[in-house]
Amino acid sequence: MELIQQLVNGISLGSIYALIALGYTMVYGIVRLINFAHGDVFMIGAFVGFYAITGLHLGFFSALLLAMAVCSLLGVLIERIAYKPLRNATKIAALITAIGVSLLIEYGVIYIRGAQPEAYPGTILPDKKIELFGVTISSQSILILCTSIVLMILLQLIVHKTKIGKAMRAVSHDAEAARLMGINVDHTISATFAIGSALAGAAGVIFGIYYIKIEPLMGIIPGLKAFVAAVFGGIGIIPGAMVGGLALGVIEALVSGLGYSLWRDGVAFIVLILILIFRPSGLFGKNVREKV
Amino acid sequence: MLKVESINVFYGNIQALKGVSLEVKEGEIVTFIGANGAGKSTLLKTISGLLKPKHGDILYEGQSIAGKAAQMIVKQGISHVPEGRRIFANMTVEENLELGAFLRKDKDGIREDFEKVYHLFPRLLERRKQLAGTLSGGEQQMLAMGRALMARPRLLLLDEPSMGLAPLLVKTIFRIIEEINSFGTTILLVEQNANMALSVADRAYVIESGRVVLSGSAEELNASEQVKMAYLGGH
Repeated sequence: MELIQQLVNGISLGSIYALIALGYTMVYGIVRLINFAHGDVFMIGAFVGFYAITGLHLGFFSALLLAMAVCSLLGVLIERIAYKPLRNATKIAALITAIGVSLLIEYGVIYIRGAQPEAYPGTILPDKKIELFGVTISSQSILILCTSIVLMILLQLIVHKTKIGKAMRAVSHDAEAARLMGINVDHTISATFAIGSALAGAAGVIFGIYYIKIEPLMGIIPGLKAFVAAVFGGIGIIPGAMVGGLALGVIEALVSGLGYSLWRDGVAFIVLILILIFRPSGLFGKNVREKV
Repeated sequence: MLKVESINVFYGNIQALKGVSLEVKEGEIVTFIGANGAGKSTLLKTISGLLKPKHGDILYEGQSIAGKAAQMIVKQGISHVPEGRRIFANMTVEENLELGAFLRKDKDGIREDFEKVYHLFPRLLERRKQLAGTLSGGEQQMLAMGRALMARPRLLLLDEPSMGLAPLLVKTIFRIIEEINSFGTTILLVEQNANMALSVADRAYVIESGRVVLSGSAEELNASEQVKMAYLGGH
């Protein structure tokens, strides 16, 4: 029973990783850049959600939507200001810029509001304990999981059914050929940043509700782990990020469940090392050979 | 319809086109023949807006399109089938064709053009739910052409449609090029296979290291000793 309990915890945590990992993977897929500022967008989402709930007295869903909107705007701004001028520069220049943007956001927030943590009020979502086959699941974690799942389904619909989603896939496969179709590559990249950042913002609010404590540097570790999750699933591959995130959450929860909770963070990075050694293209990463 | 006026195009410091001029009239098939690296693909990329000319002008229906964004040029009716086909391998045949019609909003017209393309290339209809990356080379060429036609272009730019295809398939592709032309689409065709290109073209230009060295009607060039020696394998 203990095992199932840990599994449930792991899935909740994993769905947060998955939401963040999606942004990493989408952005990588389209501009081949690891956006290291992505974890900080997640942090901004958590704070926007916090202020929306405590300051504006919004409910969970309105706060979630507001955080998503603010983050998607932030994501687009980051791309326009920091990354777009470097699109034809070397990869390392863009990567260093990403780290710079990350530090700027972290310490910008500290400068504006201080480094002290905040606590999400525990009363936003009803927290009933539900007993199921001897396992206790909080109604909160079910709602959180459902929210994540809905967002992921929505993302799949956007990517596969809408015009902008098809443009995103086309640009990520071959930007020049996409231009020949009349696709505006700049707009498509902006849309990708907007959607990816909105998901990170949602993850921030969900994280706050689940773990209560938020602070300006909270994005670093979940950001890195979501990056591991994205690589685990195969960077650039959307279903890979979902599965990678969930898998990583479950692995961590099981490690904690076995009594090695101090090893939790370490295990995530051991996973990264193992993937890079044995399956560098990730779980879903298969190179589709093109015939000539 | 299309007038290219002494354009110079550079890749960094390397000049790929040196004062190239040409004209394509409505309804024609015009071909550009030349060896690898002569600047043929560069020319098409410059017309379709992927590259900007440093000097010179490109006039389409009397208006300058030189240096305009690629999506504007597609919108004005020029579609480019790039070298190496460049299909979206991880999408289905149908999705590839949909992307060809990306800028269009006339649902009925798009449906009509789907039918036209499937009629022109029945193989694509058979494989429409298949991932484009699983198609054979010839089928991918058909898909690339069908995708370009989905924009309902008035001028179609074709870059080496025969590349890497078996002789029988090359014949099929060229027959289809003539068929597309007969429906009223003007064609600018770039080829290494001078024999085939001259057999379908009305007029032709010969390009050598970034310069047009010969031009004339397809018959004239077919008969020219210079062309025979260099491109037709004659003696």
